[in-house]
Order: sequence, then C-alpha cells, then structure tokens
Amino acid sequence: MGAVLQVVLVAVGSPLLVGMMRQVRARLEGRAGAGIGQPWRDLRKLVRKEPIAPDGTGWVFRAAPLLLAGTVLVVAAVVPLVSTTSPLDEVADLFAVVALLALGSVALALGALDTSTAFGGMGASREMIVLALVEPTILLSVFALSVRVGTTNLGTIVTSAVADPLAVISPASLLAAAALAIVTIAETGRIPVDNPSTHLELTMIHEAMVLEYAGPDLALIEWASAMRLSVLLGLLTSLFAPWGIATGNAGLLALLLAAVVVIAKVALLGALLAAGEVFMAKLRLFRIPELLAGSFLMALLAVAASFFLA
Amino acid sequence: MTETMFTLPPSLYVPLLDLACGAFLLTGMMVLWRRDLAAIVRLFALQGIALAALIVVLGVYEQDVELVAVGLGVGALRAGLLPYLMRRALIAGGAGREVRPVVNVATSLLVAAVLAMLAYAVAQPLIRLSPTPATQAVPIALTVLLVGFFVLVTRRRALSQVVGFLLMDNAITMTAFLTTSGVPLVVELGISMDVLLAVLVFQVLTTRMRAAFGGTDLDELRELHD
Repeated sequence: MGAVLQVVLVAVGSPLLVGMMRQVRARLEGRAGAGIGQPWRDLRKLVRKEPIAPDGTGWVFRAAPLLLAGTVLVVAAVVPLVSTTSPLDEVADLFAVVALLALGSVALALGALDTSTAFGGMGASREMIVLALVEPTILLSVFALSVRVGTTNLGTIVTSAVADPLAVISPASLLAAAALAIVTIAETGRIPVDNPSTHLELTMIHEAMVLEYAGPDLALIEWASAMRLSVLLGLLTSLFAPWGIATGNAGLLALLLAAVVVIAKVALLGALLAAGEVFMAKLRLFRIPELLAGSFLMALLAVAASFFLA
Repeated sequence: MTETMFTLPPSLYVPLLDLACGAFLLTGMMVLWRRDLAAIVRLFALQGIALAALIVVLGVYEQDVELVAVGLGVGALRAGLLPYLMRRALIAGGAGREVRPVVNVATSLLVAAVLAMLAYAVAQPLIRLSPTPATQAVPIALTVLLVGFFVLVTRRRALSQVVGFLLMDNAITMTAFLTTSGVPLVVELGISMDVLLAVLVFQVLTTRMRAAFGGTDLDELRELHD
C-alpha cells in the first residue's frame, strides 16, 4: 500500500520536481521560465515520435533505458519515503539499493559505449569515474547511520531516527548528511559536478551518454533521471529529517499525510538545490575527484565518530 | 562552584559536547580541502569558536566559572585576535592561494582519513583509563593534531604552515581540556602567549620575506645567497 503510493508519487511527481527546479532557476536568473509542467510536455512529445536507433547498435543500447527506469522504480518501492514498511522489506537493504542504482548507471554507460561514438565513450568513462568515487561514499555514510541501529535495513534506520529525533544532530549524523548531500549532487549530475542543461563537449557527463538516444528511449531516460533525483533527495530527507513519515501499519489517512509531508520536504530541498546552483559554477572535471574524496573522508569520519563517540 | 549557575543535564551535555567536537574536526579537515588562504584563515577562526564552545560546555557542566572564563578567553584569542593578525599578514603578503601543495589535495584528504584511523587506534588506551564522554572525544583531538602536522609538512605557503602549527596547538589545548577538564589558568595563559608571539613573529617575518624575495613560498628559500 505505502510502496504503491511511493512508486506512483515518484513516477508522477519527478518530472514536476525537475520542472519546479528549472522554474526556480529561471526566476532567480530573471527569466519567465517554461512552467512546472514543461518536463511532462517534453516527455509526451518524445513518446509520440517513432522509435529510432543508430546503425550498428545492438540489444545493449536498446535495453539500457528499460533497465535504468526499471531499477529506479524498484528503488522507489524499496526506499522509505512515505512509509517505512515495504513489501520487499527483506531486501530493502542499503547494499541492495546502492547496487540497484549502480546497475542503472552501468547499463546506461554500456548503452553509451554500444554506439561507439566519441561522445558516448567519453561520457561513459567520466560517468564511471564519478560512480567509482560515489558508491563507496553512499555505502559508508549510510553505514555510519546503521551503526547506531545495528542493521543496514533502511526502514529500521528511519524508524529509529523517528523515535529519537535528537540523534540527528550528532556529529556522525551531520557528517554523513554532508557527505550524502555531495554524493547526491554528483550522482544526479547537478551543478558543481555536471551541468544538466549543457551540451558543451568539454564538460558534459550525463548528456554525453544519452546523446544518441531519441524518441521514446530518450523519454524513458529523462524520466528515469528525474526519478533518480527525487528518490535520492527523498532518501536524504527520510534519513536526516524523518518527521511525518508513516511507521508500522499506518492507515490510509496517515499515509496520505505522510505523502503530503514528503512532497513538501523534497520540493523544499529541490528548490534549495536549484537556488544554490544559480550561485555556483561547475567545477573543472579534474577537481571533481577532490570534491568526492572530501565527501568520502567525511563519510569515513562519520563512521569513525559513530563508533567512537557513541 | 557557585549556586547561581544552572546545571546542564547529561542528556543535553553529551550531544553538545559531541557537536562541538564534530565542528572542531570538520573545520580541521576542511583546511586540507580548501586552497584559498583567506578561506583557510576563516576555517581556523571557526575552529577557534568550536574549541571555545567545547571548553564553555565543559565548564558549565562541571559548574566551574574559571573554566568558562578560560573558554571565553581562548575563543577571543583563537577566533578573534589570531585570525585578525593572519588576515593582516595575508593582505600584506599578496598571493592568496595555495597553488601547488607538496601532496595534492585529493591524496592529502585520503591521508587524513588514514591519520584519523591512526589517531583512533592510538587513543584507545587513553580512553580505557577513564571512559567518560569527554575522554571519548580525545581521538578527535589527536586526529586534528596529526592533520595539523600534515599541513605543516606538506604546504608551501608560510601562512598555511602557520595555520598547520596553530591547528596542532588547538588540538593540544583540546586534549588537555578533555582529559584533565581544566588546566591551571597560568599554564593556559602561558600557552596562549606563546601562540600569540609565534603569530606576531610570523607576521613580521612574512613582511620581511615579501620585501626581500617578493613571495612567501618557503620552498624557494632553500639555497643560500650572499
């Protein structure tokens, strides 16, 4: 029940979140903006086009968007956003979630390599650099939170955070929050790491990989990237600001209330992220490992602090 | 020992103490991360505030007015006067960036992670002597001590090296307060004067270096000239 609501919420709401973030940026830059519904209109336009694939590409190229969207939908069902109980509770584990997200990224990178164009290969190699640095940091920072609870099950971690709200301001939790925020930005390709609105060959990472996709395939990828962004932002809010999340066997009303709260929290976080992006320039590609090494260090310190200060 | 002071319940004392320690550690690590010298000085000032907050929290918890006063004094010196002096030296010194550290930034962050583990391992016997929330934070002080030493060894600019030295001193002060909860005022005053003197000497020295060599890159001062 809660899981179904979560998947529907993420599937429908993610393009709106992206639209809202673009709108915030546009307003802050003094433009009128295209409106919050624009990503949905773009998706509709793309879906109506005929499916077309470049010559010489194989099944990897065609399977990548499906795999990407599929993994994100599973993650949306598993991660505690609206409710901490999930039908996949035994596998709603930190390692499974990170592995699913990595599977989507790797599928997309393979799809980009399959086109054997220069841009595809370049984008895939850059994405792999970022991924190799991001995955250990996600694991470590959530691990820091799981030390306190004694399990890597995300639902249990969030439930205990609801029960003990003061634990959120412990150093371990704050360090993990900072590390996870940086990693979320890197993983979703937002501004200090990657610019989602650029097509400049020197800088693009994500856009370089999806350059050869068109029509419904591209729509699927855009939709999946939007869902990835909202799932990761949702995970961030659930772990560090879990107020209002439905625990246990909550009724319909509690679930709806929790859904409204999580929408408000994710929208607020998205707006903050978009507003921050206006004031920031993209980092040079060679500086990105520095940023991610810093976030890895913070995650490691969070683990150490949760062991030694507790 | 006065009765006018309010008591700090342990449920609030431990999170506040941990929070101050976390801020202390984070600012120490951020010094390794940033290249901009002005930002490094600002981080050092923030660390001074965290240290002062830590001492004040300890003082309030133990109902020791002298400790609170020492904490405020330490804050005024390390978050106010020393950063002010360094900022003046920075303005006089010109060049505002750590261009090329001996060990690059990504590697030095990973080295810092190893140093943190080392500090935790080394501090275990110390903690076992008296396991209180305060002594459990000793590994953090030792981590910052090692990181300060690392900054001192691997940075090229005179100002970053001084910040490295001051990080070590902050960490030593913090260890003293965490383990003994209260150094005699005279000792603390002596240490503070020492540090102040070191920074004043540094300020004079950078001005002279700048006048003589046109920069404060210490690696260029290896050869003797006549």
